[in-house]
Amino acid sequence: MAKHNNFKEKFIHGLFFLNGLLVIIVLVGIFVLLVTKSLPAFKEIRFSEFLFKANWNPTATFVTPSYGIGSMLVSTLMVSIGALAIAIPLGIGAAAYLSDVASQRVREIAKPIIEILAGIPSVVIGFLGIVLVGPVIAKIFHIPNGLNALNGSILLAVMALPTIISLSEDALNSVPKSFQEASLALGATHWQTLVRVKIPAALSGIIAASMLGMGRAIGETMTVLMATGCAIAMPTSFLQSVQTMTATIAIELGEVPYNTTHYYALFGIGLVLFIITFIVNMISDIVLHKYQRVLK
Amino acid sequence: MKARKFKEIFGFNILRLCVGIVIFILIIILYDITSKGIGVISWKFLTAMPKNGMTEGGILPAIVGTFLVTVITALLSIPLGMGCAIYLNEYARDNKITRLIRMSIRNLSGVPSIVYGLFGVILFVQMMNLGTCILSAGFTLGLMTLPWTITASEEALKNVPNSYREGALALGATKWQAIKTNVLPYAIPGMLTGTILGLSRAAGETAPILFTGAAFFLPFLPKSLSSQFMALPYHLYIMSTQHHAVSKVRPIAYGTALVLIALVFIMNLCAVIVRYRLRKIKME
Repeated sequence: MAKHNNFKEKFIHGLFFLNGLLVIIVLVGIFVLLVTKSLPAFKEIRFSEFLFKANWNPTATFVTPSYGIGSMLVSTLMVSIGALAIAIPLGIGAAAYLSDVASQRVREIAKPIIEILAGIPSVVIGFLGIVLVGPVIAKIFHIPNGLNALNGSILLAVMALPTIISLSEDALNSVPKSFQEASLALGATHWQTLVRVKIPAALSGIIAASMLGMGRAIGETMTVLMATGCAIAMPTSFLQSVQTMTATIAIELGEVPYNTTHYYALFGIGLVLFIITFIVNMISDIVLHKYQRVLK
Repeated sequence: MKARKFKEIFGFNILRLCVGIVIFILIIILYDITSKGIGVISWKFLTAMPKNGMTEGGILPAIVGTFLVTVITALLSIPLGMGCAIYLNEYARDNKITRLIRMSIRNLSGVPSIVYGLFGVILFVQMMNLGTCILSAGFTLGLMTLPWTITASEEALKNVPNSYREGALALGATKWQAIKTNVLPYAIPGMLTGTILGLSRAAGETAPILFTGAAFFLPFLPKSLSSQFMALPYHLYIMSTQHHAVSKVRPIAYGTALVLIALVFIMNLCAVIVRYRLRKIKME
């Protein structure tokens, strides 16, 4: 009986262990499948040309098709950085207010509101980019069409805000109380304490939060697909229509025949996206861990 | 002294403004969608098929499609996510493999949704030969929600006091018996809260289902799990960008957006209620 039990216990333990390994398998599986599916494309296209040339024209019929994603790469970075330029100051400000200034009541009201904002589907945000933000941009800048990089940046900022706010607030809250008390005891005001003691002490947590927001923005598809106008060209200003890497995959994968160079090249874009977001997330992770160790 | 006080008041007001802007954004979003979408919503809109090239009629197939896909998502994500959380919190030692698992979870939650879509196309549609259908889309979304389910479930397991485990073990229970009788019953409500939140996000996702089964227009309900389907988020995308008379169907797009937001809110509300009841039980 005891032996039987022991066997059963080991079996269950093994089962849960396999279940734990599953996440590693999925992550490695995504990477391996992306690599194998994009390899055929890189037999025909030089990787450096793929990455840096801005001549994406896979359906050319009279000239040889070309597969440079340079303009999309720049568009993706531009829209994401624009989004962060809006979301980081706003997010840190809101986080600082919630952690240091707001009363308990205000905090209890604001927290669910931010959670609701995080829950709004990206396709709805993209829809509002078309019907609400687009016309406003067109009016302000006197341009015929408000679907451009600026629109995408504003929408991505809205989507990145909840992540940045809640993680920055966590970082501010985990600054030891003694820091704050020491500063106040030396005669600093609450404001000076916040700006010169708490925010610097929480800085790596705030940076990690911003990097995570950046990863989200780079990988976001529907909002940029709907609101940036989708025109493949090297962007020169925020008022120009752009097409990001994610949008290109979304538009073209549905129409391209399986197992053509174009099809493989789209998986190549997916691979580039995966690697970029992976690196951004890793940096965020490393910064956060270092910070936690320092605070301990 | 006065300058310092002034600076403080000024600074705090800027911070207050930041929160105000965030709340204002949410109010605008909700107001715009609700005020323009509510007029479209009727019993007929919710229960009729789209008609006349989707310029009239309702969105029933999209509602049914989203519901079915979310069920498949839950069936994949809940058991696997909870299992992984149980392993991490109850069995795993702090070694290299455990750290690797945790790192993978963090990275999986950062993988772009469109990349999950690509993965779903290769793995489920092509390699497993399921084709573009509800199952492929649901499995793809299931993998995408896995990291959220794991994180939420582990959080719930952590909240069960250690004395519960020790009590059972001291009475001679095996590890699994202790988990089954003394840990899971207390952790499951918390696990469910997090899982429902994850599912509500999955229900609103579009990118992963673009190529794994969502259909532009189907004038009937899905016959089986291996048929294509219409989905609310994809329908909204179609109605606002791809339809041949985009401005004419704008009201339908607003109505769809409102139904989608309402669906997400109702799911969130369920999660909040579960959490609230859980707190009450704990207090008693």
